[in-house]
Amino acid sequence: MTEGRAVPAAGETPTGMEWRRRRTVLEVLFWVAAFAAIVLLPRRLLLLNEIAILGLFALSLDLILGYAGIVSLGHAAFFGVGAYAAGLMLLHVHTDPLLALVAAAITAGVLGLITAFLVMRGTDLTRIMVTLGVALLLGEAANKARDLTGGADGLQGITAAPVFGLFRFDLAGRTAYVLSLSVLLVLFLVARRLAASPFGMTLRTIRDNPLRAAAIGVPVNRRLLTVYTIAAIYAGIAGGLLAVTTQFVSLDVFEFARSADVMLVLILGGTGYLYGGILGAIVFKVLSDVLSTLTPQYWHFWIGLLLVVLMVVGRDRISGWFKRRETRP
Amino acid sequence: MTVPALETQQLEKHFGGLVATRDVTFRLNPGARHALIGPNGAGKTTFVNLLSGVLPPTRGQIKLNGEDITRLRPDLRVKKGLARTFQINQLFKELTPRETLGIAVAQRLGMGGRMWGRFARDPEIALETEALLASFKLGDVADMRTASLAYGKQRLLEIAVAIAGKPKVLLLDEPAAGVPEAERHDILGVVAALPADVAVLLIEHDMDLVFAFADRITVLVEGAQLVDGTPAEIAADPRVKAVYLGSGDHV
Repeated sequence: MTEGRAVPAAGETPTGMEWRRRRTVLEVLFWVAAFAAIVLLPRRLLLLNEIAILGLFALSLDLILGYAGIVSLGHAAFFGVGAYAAGLMLLHVHTDPLLALVAAAITAGVLGLITAFLVMRGTDLTRIMVTLGVALLLGEAANKARDLTGGADGLQGITAAPVFGLFRFDLAGRTAYVLSLSVLLVLFLVARRLAASPFGMTLRTIRDNPLRAAAIGVPVNRRLLTVYTIAAIYAGIAGGLLAVTTQFVSLDVFEFARSADVMLVLILGGTGYLYGGILGAIVFKVLSDVLSTLTPQYWHFWIGLLLVVLMVVGRDRISGWFKRRETRP
Repeated sequence: MTVPALETQQLEKHFGGLVATRDVTFRLNPGARHALIGPNGAGKTTFVNLLSGVLPPTRGQIKLNGEDITRLRPDLRVKKGLARTFQINQLFKELTPRETLGIAVAQRLGMGGRMWGRFARDPEIALETEALLASFKLGDVADMRTASLAYGKQRLLEIAVAIAGKPKVLLLDEPAAGVPEAERHDILGVVAALPADVAVLLIEHDMDLVFAFADRITVLVEGAQLVDGTPAEIAADPRVKAVYLGSGDHV
């Protein structure tokens, strides 16, 4: 090593830096547009709020699927638990919306920590079944525990106080969207730090090759436990946001369709680069909004068709723009 | 008598009715250049999998520097200085060699669990990664996806990843297997230049390589240790000739 020569940082190349600059510009534009929508699309704020929540939910799934390679078809378990925790908090303890989100995060995180042991063992198929099973169990438990959850009627009569005591939840969904988008932005930035950290890199080694990951000393199970718990917290907060902003929680938060949809969203947007969940959520929600107006009965047909086309054409051509994958030296 | 870098006592591994490793008592001295040879199906790779913790043994004991590691998880064995390579590449296909080596270094330095700080910006990791890339002739492909590398380069990376963990004991499972003649030279050079204080156990079919490399050879046949000795002893042993070397025209 020649003295005084600049050492290229691990994973850094000149083309990589050029790419990074371009990406930063795009990213800033994206978030500016997202916040500008508050003013520019005042009549679509409720839809935008749903998009932000679904985007956060999909971001959560991306953390385990895109970074650690854990396939889950029961991610709604954490979303649902978060939604009920926030709802119950608002109903019985305190009406502060942010406290409700904290309750959602903690409850879902604890559930994540407990169920992580189930996904550590086994491979993809086992994990799909186990995660699916956990979500179904919780859905049924919520159905039976009528005294707590209101059963099939859901949690009714929730009221959330104004955010910071200042911003009242309005019918147009303005406060709702601003809250959801802000939470999404903060958690997104945290997720990106995590992904770029040594911890995040070791997750990628597990996704690529768990055998070798262990052979370089990565404690595979401990890493899976950690990321699964973090993802559960994210999903719980997404569920909590739904409860806080719609001021209603019903059993459909646990539904299989919710777990399947979030998987679909992530497949639409692409895994492993964090924006996939958000972009997928935009595409999914806007499409379903447009299509369900045109063909209320059959909109899933068009989503299905889009999915098939994406698989055939190759989504990488679209999402590849965002990913750093230098194959040239 | 010095404490062996790695030893096994009456190690056995059964797969149902098949005995893949049979009563192997083996000793690897500190800094040794030891080769493990044997015909196909002799149980060489199973033996390495037992040593590295990929498989749990049915019976017996494994000690690393005198410490019992028989039930220790693979990643904790690595932490204690036992590294291995794989006969079939086990690399991170989506990562670059620079990232791969960087992670191995970070993990060794105990930074693998860190959630703060950009992995790519850590100067300590970057410097050591750069040195590894250079000494394993991977500098020109450092930022390419591992999956797109030539096979020989992947084999070099396979060894470099193990060395990044600064092991005291290194298990090399057929490092030159399947490497084209033109790229073989690099692999052999790297194997010959391994740090002298590292005890190396080389599993290999190529007798030229084995006899050029090893100061001690163990012959494994049908899961059991047939004989253990210096290269000269092994070359002269009629049993080895009978089961393994055939006409013995390599020696």
